[in-house]
Amino acid sequence: MAKVLVVDDERDIQDLFLQHFRREIRQGDLEFVFSFSGEEAMSFIENPEHEAVLILSDINMPGMSGLELLKHIKEKYATPPPVVMMITAYGDENNYRMAMKLGADDFLTKPLDFRSLKEKLKTKIL
Amino acid sequence: MSLSIASFLVSLACSDRFRKFSKTNQLPHWEKLFRNALLFSVGLFAVEAIVSDGEYFKWIWHLYLIVLIVIPLQQVELRPLRMFILAFAPYVLVSSLNDLVQVVNADFFKDNESYFKNAIGITFIWFAALLYSQNRQTKAAERERLRRLREDEINRSIAIRKVELEALVTERTAELTRQKEELETALTELQTTQSQLIQSEKMASLGELTAGIAHEIQNPLNFVNNFSEVSNELLDEMQTEMDQGNTEEVKAIVVDLKRNLEKINHHGKRADSIVKGMLLHSRASSGVKEPTDLNVLADEYLRLAYHGLRAKDKSFNAKFESDFDASIGKINVIPQDIGRVILNLLTNAFYVVDEKRKQLGDSYQPTVSISTKKVGSEVEIRVIDNGNGIPAKIIDKIFQPFFSTKPTGAGTGLGLSLCYEIVTKGHGGELKVETKEGEGSVFIIHLPV
Repeated sequence: MAKVLVVDDERDIQDLFLQHFRREIRQGDLEFVFSFSGEEAMSFIENPEHEAVLILSDINMPGMSGLELLKHIKEKYATPPPVVMMITAYGDENNYRMAMKLGADDFLTKPLDFRSLKEKLKTKIL
Repeated sequence: MSLSIASFLVSLACSDRFRKFSKTNQLPHWEKLFRNALLFSVGLFAVEAIVSDGEYFKWIWHLYLIVLIVIPLQQVELRPLRMFILAFAPYVLVSSLNDLVQVVNADFFKDNESYFKNAIGITFIWFAALLYSQNRQTKAAERERLRRLREDEINRSIAIRKVELEALVTERTAELTRQKEELETALTELQTTQSQLIQSEKMASLGELTAGIAHEIQNPLNFVNNFSEVSNELLDEMQTEMDQGNTEEVKAIVVDLKRNLEKINHHGKRADSIVKGMLLHSRASSGVKEPTDLNVLADEYLRLAYHGLRAKDKSFNAKFESDFDASIGKINVIPQDIGRVILNLLTNAFYVVDEKRKQLGDSYQPTVSISTKKVGSEVEIRVIDNGNGIPAKIIDKIFQPFFSTKPTGAGTGLGLSLCYEIVTKGHGGELKVETKEGEGSVFIIHLPV
């Protein structure tokens, strides 16, 4: 079973994930945990037993942004850092380049295409 | 032989006086007559002097003088001359009587000659005294006439001056009217400019908002799309579960579906309220107060302000917090105006914390918060930032129009002055600021409920 950490300040994202991956969760292939800010995500992964293998983070969040979070994660874990996929609004070139520079493993745009996300998760961690 | 000197002098005085009177009173016919009388007197006296035996001349003089006295008495227009006649008449009568008695009764005359002489003397004195007094009266009358003339002259010049002054007043009035019209035109222009400035200030803040609005609409739309898609998938799964007879699963999916529909509805409404808010903001103020939920208004503008700045400047980031007192209920305000105040204060707060972040870097956590609270019969809205605060030397100016600390072109300098006007004049409230240099500022709005 692979644990995925989803970071987004929009709480409704939680329902979307739980429902889209309903079958995978029931079958025990995936487990989702949620953080609603960069700070919350930081304290979650600081726990050595967090076990998250993939982090999906929104970039645009008040307080600590997704990019800062990404930077911290990539600095903290020399090898092997968890897979980090960044999510941001459509057509945001700047953030895309910044995220790539900071070592993001992949990049998703809002609105999320869960079908392709599912494909990506399967190839990356399952 | 004795010449009639006295009679001559009296006739001279008499005819001369009459002539002058006729001249003064514009009686040319009489004037001419009395001038002839004057000449006659001189002529008569000359003839008397030449003729050696002129005893009978005194009778001519008597007759002549009586005629001279009687003529004016019969003329209405010469009536004022009675005064003079009163002076001459005694002499004429007494001297005539004197000569008459001398001829008729010489003995009686001889016995009483001294009386006659005295009587003549008295009439002469009477004549002189009356003439003197009349002369004085005439002079007084003349002085009075001159005084009147002067008065008339003065009155005339006053009248002329009055006309001049009236012309001047008319001219000045016209000038003042013209100036007033010019001022009114200028005032109208200024008022137009002011409303244009307010409109452009509003549009500028709307510009700042555009990106925030796009984000704030995009977000709920994404959820609407995502939740409808996932619901579709859930329906497919529900079908499968039903086929397999997993009633429990079906029930769970129904609960999810119901919740999804609620969320779709919720996010649809959120987008709707954002659009409405934007329209409200851009449109001219209705000036009508209506019951408004300040918490909703504040929350909307907090997001709009944050995402607006965020969209403009990717490096911008700040924490925002809100603490809303649900007990304040709906308050009668002009929503677009109070919305602008809140937006303006929030935009300023985000601006100052971002400025501080640029100075201090990562060690600083930029934070903006907004709170509402019921305080007695008022509602208090606080917009708090942990920026650099406001220096004491400019604190008095921040609510003045056109005062701005932003670089030229970055701010109109109207934001806070408009806020102040809206809160105080528009709503009878208060807008205050508390600040500590280096630690931040709190803008406090008090609105009467």
